[in-house]
Amino acid sequence: MKTTDTATTGVETPGGPGGPGPAVTRTTAPAPRKESKSEGATLNVFSHGVLIIWAIMVVTPLLWAVMTSFKTDKAIFTSPWSLPDKLHFENWSRAWTEAHMSDYFLNTILVVGGSLIGTLLLGSMAAYVLARFDFPGSRFIYFLFIGGMSFPIILALVPLFYVMQNMALLNTLHGLIVVYIAYSLPFTVFFLTAFFRTLPTSVAEAAFVDGASHTRTFFQVMLPMAKPGLISVGIFNFLGQWNQYLLPTVLNTEPEKKVLSQGLVQLAVSQGYKGDWSGLFAGLVMAMLPVLAAYIIFQRQVVAGLTAGAVK
Amino acid sequence: MQHGKYRFIVGFLAAPLALYALFVIWPFIQSIYYSFTDWTGLSPEFGMVGFDNYSRMLDDEIFWKSFQHSLILALVLPLVTVGLALFFAFMLNVGGRRRRGAAIAGVRGSSFYKIVYFFPQVLSIAIVALLFQFAYNPNSGAINSVLKGVGLGSIQPDWLGDPDLALICVMVVLVWSTVGFFVVLFSAGMASIPRDFYEAALLDGASRFTTFFKITLPLLWDTVQSGWIYMGILALGAESFAVVQIMTVGPSGGGPDYSTIVLPLYVYQKAFRDGQAAYATTIGVALLVLTLAFAAVVTKLGRRERLEF
Repeated sequence: MKTTDTATTGVETPGGPGGPGPAVTRTTAPAPRKESKSEGATLNVFSHGVLIIWAIMVVTPLLWAVMTSFKTDKAIFTSPWSLPDKLHFENWSRAWTEAHMSDYFLNTILVVGGSLIGTLLLGSMAAYVLARFDFPGSRFIYFLFIGGMSFPIILALVPLFYVMQNMALLNTLHGLIVVYIAYSLPFTVFFLTAFFRTLPTSVAEAAFVDGASHTRTFFQVMLPMAKPGLISVGIFNFLGQWNQYLLPTVLNTEPEKKVLSQGLVQLAVSQGYKGDWSGLFAGLVMAMLPVLAAYIIFQRQVVAGLTAGAVK
Repeated sequence: MQHGKYRFIVGFLAAPLALYALFVIWPFIQSIYYSFTDWTGLSPEFGMVGFDNYSRMLDDEIFWKSFQHSLILALVLPLVTVGLALFFAFMLNVGGRRRRGAAIAGVRGSSFYKIVYFFPQVLSIAIVALLFQFAYNPNSGAINSVLKGVGLGSIQPDWLGDPDLALICVMVVLVWSTVGFFVVLFSAGMASIPRDFYEAALLDGASRFTTFFKITLPLLWDTVQSGWIYMGILALGAESFAVVQIMTVGPSGGGPDYSTIVLPLYVYQKAFRDGQAAYATTIGVALLVLTLAFAAVVTKLGRRERLEF
């Protein structure tokens, strides 16, 4: 939680003077009822029961996928729930090489890496200017940016396809990168503008008085101070861009340029004719595990980052 | 802070604004313009046709089917997802056995549950859709084998192949994959509600049921409302596209007898499969109107005095 304390304004502050508070209905005779032990126990059993059932419903499909990735094609279809007879690691190596999972991984890493850096850099530049400077049109530009959050992407996709085609950006990784950046800007600018407003002005002013240029002040003073906010919005964008499906499906149809999610779907469709289901499951699990592992390791930061903007 | 201010502002805004204008704003404006033309998308020539596309859309049976499905998703999914998530979050934070010194307590292991529930959120919606496509497989899928295993072999639904069930199957997947995010979101909100409120209420003899509706929900209202809108936009947009496009293949895409087709998928099909780019943007405009109307209605209905604490 440490990293985003400043971003989660209000979340971490318990108590407070209270103010009027919510209306708690007060009966005329507030006889403090003793909650019987048995009621508490029943409730406890009930809550645990419900919670465990949902946890099982979440975990089972994932475990089932891992188990299936080690089975033979025949076993997948004849007995979907039995354990594999032995661990068929060859499914994994086949998926990695023959089914091009390694290429999809590399493409995804390149695209997400490039767009994540671009999004954070351009987003924080725009947000800093919009948060800290008064100039004609600043409010208009701000609303232009955040308006993009509520528009369905699919509407813009048809003309966007032809814009990309005219600029020879269709089916290229760098084309995908700039589009990811453009569509990540609304939320990024919205989040970081609010964040830059919460940072103290005195440090930046002192740097400026000492002769640092605006640009230098931004890169050497403000950006390091904004690190918690950048981490939050970076996690958000990483998950969104890593899992992007709609944009690459339309803008990136060349087989060897595919990213993970669309590559897997492509495999599943072609498996209908070829039938290497075990390899496909191995691919699915391969795509699942890195993000799941990263989430388990960094779950505090992920959760704090994702809820920072939304909880007031 | 005046020296070189404008040069700096222009320098910092130029690149982000240019990218954003070129790849987001300009296509949006174009798409509204194209909806009044007869552009196929295949050749550069096109002519203006006024409202022809719009009147064609109003007579298009498949458009109305997709519209209806998208509307159902936008109404049902937020209700189920946000409802379930509130229920789970309340259990996690308030449903536990009372411990020494604390008026309310979460269940034991609540942080474990929060971690697990969040799993689907980090998985690509494409991966989730593929996984469930296998589970739903009528012949050898995981779900029907379970039914067989517990002696219900006579019940072997066709799931995604059954026009009556297909849309429900799609909704289950979307709920499964998003509930966890809202559980975590609402938990964070609930954790910020001062404990004294609960203590006072419990002293007055309020049941947990009452405390939920009189304390938790009112104080969490802003978060619930933004969660509601967020879920609705997901249901109308990219998430429903991915799930339907991947899971319900069918000969036409969009399930048997168009039973799962949704607006974003129909836009995609018209534009990139049928070569009717102009008509596709018209359907996209309808989707935009539906999305904005949804957000406006939820904001309006949900408006209440903000509680400060």
